[in-house]
Amino acid sequence: MTATATAPEPTQPEPPTGGRGVATARGLFDGEILRQALLDSVVKLNPATQVRNPVMFVVLVGSVITFIEAIAHPGVFTWSITIWLFLTVLFANFAEAMAEGRGKAQADTLRKMRSETEARRLLPDGTEELVPAATLAKGDLVVCEPGDLIPSDGEITEGIASVDESAITGESAPVIRESGGDRSAVTGGTKVLSDRIVVRITAERGQTFIDRMITLVEGANRQKTPNEIALTILLAVLTIVFLPVVVALQPFGRYAGASVSVVVLVALLVCLIPTTIGALLSAIGIAGMDRLVQRNVLAMSGRAVEAAGDVQTLLLDKTGTITLGNRMASEFVPVGGHTEEEVASAAQLASLADETPEGRSIVVLAKERFDIRERRLEGDHQFIPFSATTRMSGLDVDGRRIRKGAAESVKRWAAEQEGTVPPDLDGIVERISRVGSTPLVVADGPDVLGVIELKDVVKQGIREKFDEMRQMGIRTVMITGDNPLTAAAIAQEAGVDDYLAEATPEAKMSLIRTEQEGGKLVAMTGDGTNDAPALAQADVGVAMNTGTMAAKEAGNMVDLDSNPTKLIDVVEIGKQLLITRGSLTTFSIANDVAKYFAIIPALFVATYPQLNALNIMKLHSPQSAVLSAVIFNALVIVALIPLALRGVKFRAAGSASILRRNVFIYGLGGIIVPFAFIKLIDLVLVALHAY
Amino acid sequence: MGLTWTIVTLVIALGLAWRFLGSYMAAVFEGRVHFLGWAERPVYRLLGTSPDQEQTWKRYAGALIVFSALSIALTYVIIRIQGSLPLNPQHLGAVPPALSFNTAASFVTNTNWQNYGGETTMSYFSQMGALTVQQFVTPAVGIAVAIAVVRGFSRRNSPTIGNFWVDITRCLLYVLLPIAFVAGIIFVGQGAVQTLAGPVHIRNALNGVTQTIPRGPIGFMEAIKQLGTNGGGFLNANSATPFENPTGLTNWLSIFLVLCIPFSLTYTFGKMVGSVRHGAALLAAMVIIFGIWVGGTTIAEHQQNPAVAAAGVHANVGNTVGKEVRFGDTSTALFGAASTSTSTGSADASYDSFTPMGGFFLITGMMLGEVTPGGVGSGLYTILIYAIIAVFIGGLMIGRTPEYLGKKIQAKEVKLAGLGALVMPIAVLVLTAIAVSIHAGRAGPLNAGPHGFTEILYALTSQGNNNGSAFAGLTGNTAFYNVVGGIDMLIGRFGIMVPAIALGGVLAAKNVVPESLGTFRTDNGMFVGLVIGVIVIIGGLTFFPAVSLGPIVEQLSHGKFF
Repeated sequence: MTATATAPEPTQPEPPTGGRGVATARGLFDGEILRQALLDSVVKLNPATQVRNPVMFVVLVGSVITFIEAIAHPGVFTWSITIWLFLTVLFANFAEAMAEGRGKAQADTLRKMRSETEARRLLPDGTEELVPAATLAKGDLVVCEPGDLIPSDGEITEGIASVDESAITGESAPVIRESGGDRSAVTGGTKVLSDRIVVRITAERGQTFIDRMITLVEGANRQKTPNEIALTILLAVLTIVFLPVVVALQPFGRYAGASVSVVVLVALLVCLIPTTIGALLSAIGIAGMDRLVQRNVLAMSGRAVEAAGDVQTLLLDKTGTITLGNRMASEFVPVGGHTEEEVASAAQLASLADETPEGRSIVVLAKERFDIRERRLEGDHQFIPFSATTRMSGLDVDGRRIRKGAAESVKRWAAEQEGTVPPDLDGIVERISRVGSTPLVVADGPDVLGVIELKDVVKQGIREKFDEMRQMGIRTVMITGDNPLTAAAIAQEAGVDDYLAEATPEAKMSLIRTEQEGGKLVAMTGDGTNDAPALAQADVGVAMNTGTMAAKEAGNMVDLDSNPTKLIDVVEIGKQLLITRGSLTTFSIANDVAKYFAIIPALFVATYPQLNALNIMKLHSPQSAVLSAVIFNALVIVALIPLALRGVKFRAAGSASILRRNVFIYGLGGIIVPFAFIKLIDLVLVALHAY
Repeated sequence: MGLTWTIVTLVIALGLAWRFLGSYMAAVFEGRVHFLGWAERPVYRLLGTSPDQEQTWKRYAGALIVFSALSIALTYVIIRIQGSLPLNPQHLGAVPPALSFNTAASFVTNTNWQNYGGETTMSYFSQMGALTVQQFVTPAVGIAVAIAVVRGFSRRNSPTIGNFWVDITRCLLYVLLPIAFVAGIIFVGQGAVQTLAGPVHIRNALNGVTQTIPRGPIGFMEAIKQLGTNGGGFLNANSATPFENPTGLTNWLSIFLVLCIPFSLTYTFGKMVGSVRHGAALLAAMVIIFGIWVGGTTIAEHQQNPAVAAAGVHANVGNTVGKEVRFGDTSTALFGAASTSTSTGSADASYDSFTPMGGFFLITGMMLGEVTPGGVGSGLYTILIYAIIAVFIGGLMIGRTPEYLGKKIQAKEVKLAGLGALVMPIAVLVLTAIAVSIHAGRAGPLNAGPHGFTEILYALTSQGNNNGSAFAGLTGNTAFYNVVGGIDMLIGRFGIMVPAIALGGVLAAKNVVPESLGTFRTDNGMFVGLVIGVIVIIGGLTFFPAVSLGPIVEQLSHGKFF
């Protein structure tokens, strides 16, 4: 955003509270999604689908074996085990279907919005023809007037218009789109509210922004992320290693003179392999993407979300991210023997017609400080608007010629009228610049009255955010077009670790490269066309939806709210995704201890009654023990679905405390919890007179 | 010397070894030690290599496989034709093919499982030229692999991980030969036999029986047997005989030698990766598990023999069955734990006669994958495999792509570490399952019931983990056990070594992620706990059912026979 660093950003609301845009507000267990998910979990039993999840595939094969066994040797126990093994697979499918269901619901909303309207194509001779939007090709020019839906993604080549983008962003306030510059991109499906624009289509049919969003939220061609692949391998290893462990029990048992039932061995295998995490793994991934969508961020790949968790350097634009983007008057400093009130009064007069946020803030400050009301100007007066050549603005009234503007300009103006510049002016101007503020000098005719200090206001709470980042080991770097002096002052006030002043696109790019060569992952936000190379180079590049097409294409995420602060949320979601996977893996493995103590004595107690000493849960009978373990194993999947979808609670803290907490909850908890619940299930089975 | 003093002096000596031998080995493998350059250079010329010729992991592994295959062939041929070779005062004939295969596999894999009695099977030439040679080179190979893995961490963006030939040459010249030489002198000085004069025959005038007393070049073999965590003795009774292990001092020295390199290599690791704390963390994990296992074995053996107690006799002594009175129950227990936790497998007692829980600690010490501290070199590279798994799970739990010493642990690393971790349990369980299922296998054990099962399980666990200690009781010198055991040992050695070297290569090629506050700490107590957890959980989960049918049933039977 270097090119537009000083341009005021359209003010954006703080992160959405949900219920807007694609992020339709749906409870974790929405009735409609629930029904669809139940149906899908049966459809997913198709072995071709199931084989993609090796752990659950083993469970499916196991349940088929026990099913055959149950037909050959019917019995309550065999049938119960068979049914619960089937349920285990169904529960896993259900978890995945639940996660997908939420995405599908969002995709449906988007689909409805995809315009099937007609477009007004502009022909080379200047006439228009009506064509179906579907036939538009890249490079076509179309005309849009108030009330028209923009037929496809494009760039405004002519005109300026206000556009309602609420269909995508959920933001009801219209945004301004104009030809040229960084605000020229329009999205298909949004509505023109005023004025006439000519749009050059930039996307092929089927590849528009909305089409891509639909694909993403549906997770249709969701690819496994690197960590997910690594974890799948670990789970496969754990599955493979338990196969001989269990299969070998058959000959071991025979050697000991015991007959080991196939059904119990299958039950043991299913209990030992990491079914809990195996069942929830893909749901966790889908839900992670979904959580981003809830916050109106579209990630183009799961890989990017995961990379966000690894980010070590965060490049943040000063304007709009760290500061509010609008400089506010904070002080009137008189010079040459004038009073503060004189300065305030003149400054207010000079700003009466100045509708910029800076101008408004001067009027307000004068009112606050000296109770100078906004004066109604009567009689002969003339506003002098700001121009790039004079770099001043002001008011001519009652023979007074009041000006405010950059120090050099106002000094020159005073000198032209043979006024003298008070000697203390330069010192004050320099002091104000040094602290990161902008000095505006006020003069009444040849008389230089004083200086207005315009302060770049740092967002509230941003310092605390950066402290959290630091705790997580993330270095924040502020990017600004300001001079080093100003940059340093703001950097200090905001509490960032470093800053890049007078940033050019090249400087930004080389900063990213240096960080990456040092092995760090870099995240940044951007919206301008000149940000595109850096967005592409960064490991996580979040493009603002208000930005240009080039920026959106280059980044791997798009923030529909165009709120650069959200980069911080993205990092947290990325981390939460990994933590959820790691914690549930630990939990899954830790569970095995209790299951062993339930099943091993049950297996061999007939041969070696001494082994009942290992039955420390004092389970009722061998059969109830095995069944209790299997039931626990199945139910724990269902119990953990909300956690998988919502993600493990994440708080910003150092790695050591996060680890301690998760090892304690999911490691230690994972050892203890199943002991209690297997015992409980056993008691219930006994109470039901099942055994 | 009481147990307390044995332990105190051992801790001091091992502490010094850790610090100084550890940093010395780092210097050796970083090429900073040259005092034997005159011996080193001709070796390289002969092999057509030089320290500058670095190898990729594939070349490195290739060199190792070629070297090991040649070693097996050479060992096999020597013991097959020993009858025609010199230094054979007893005129011993060729060792049978199946036994020769088992023995060759055994010594080349640093296992030293012995399905033979040394004094009645092997000529002096075979003992020295075939077996002792392997006792020197196999620990060198083990250390070389460990160093190759360590280089994976210490280098960045490097396509190579060192030169196999250079690494084993340096290891032999600068580490193994000097220490073994000094230790050998102590053994011989204490009374271990060292002669080429052949056995002596003594006629007992009282009962008219002629006894044959075997002798041989024992003392120096003893030094490398222990130092290289080999464990294969000259004599059948191994360190239980005064000829191999004459005094309490040599018993102490044996324990020290067995432990010194495996423990010290963690310092070498820390030094080479630039963070001794990381080495200390692995050491801590090893020491804590080892301490528990020593404690467990000692307590178990200090209990009265349960069978004796079951017979209604109450005595105030520990379990002395099958032990040398001169070492006593506790010192023997310490020796046993040290020997089984280091993949040495030497014995100064009959492990078969340990109490069920004593036997439990011996067998589980091996089942944990020989990482506490494990064999020379193999202990380090195997615990690094477990550490990578611990890093992976722990790293995910803090929300970052897991990294160990700045190296990202991703799909490839997990695949290789997983492979390295599952090879041993699968080999042991599958082969044990085969052994208990077919007649040839069931014929092996001496005892019935769970103890017989333990004998088979112990044999295949010992060989699969390249430990080589024998539980006795099992008749191993059969075609079946020779072949199955040989396969077990080869899988257990190379099935882990190759993935380990690959891991080194893959890691070396990676860039290093700089450390930050968000980095998963791999040098603190929490990490030590995680590594211990992974070792115990993986070992426990894979072997719990098998062990519960062996030692656990026995223990719960309170001395009842089957």
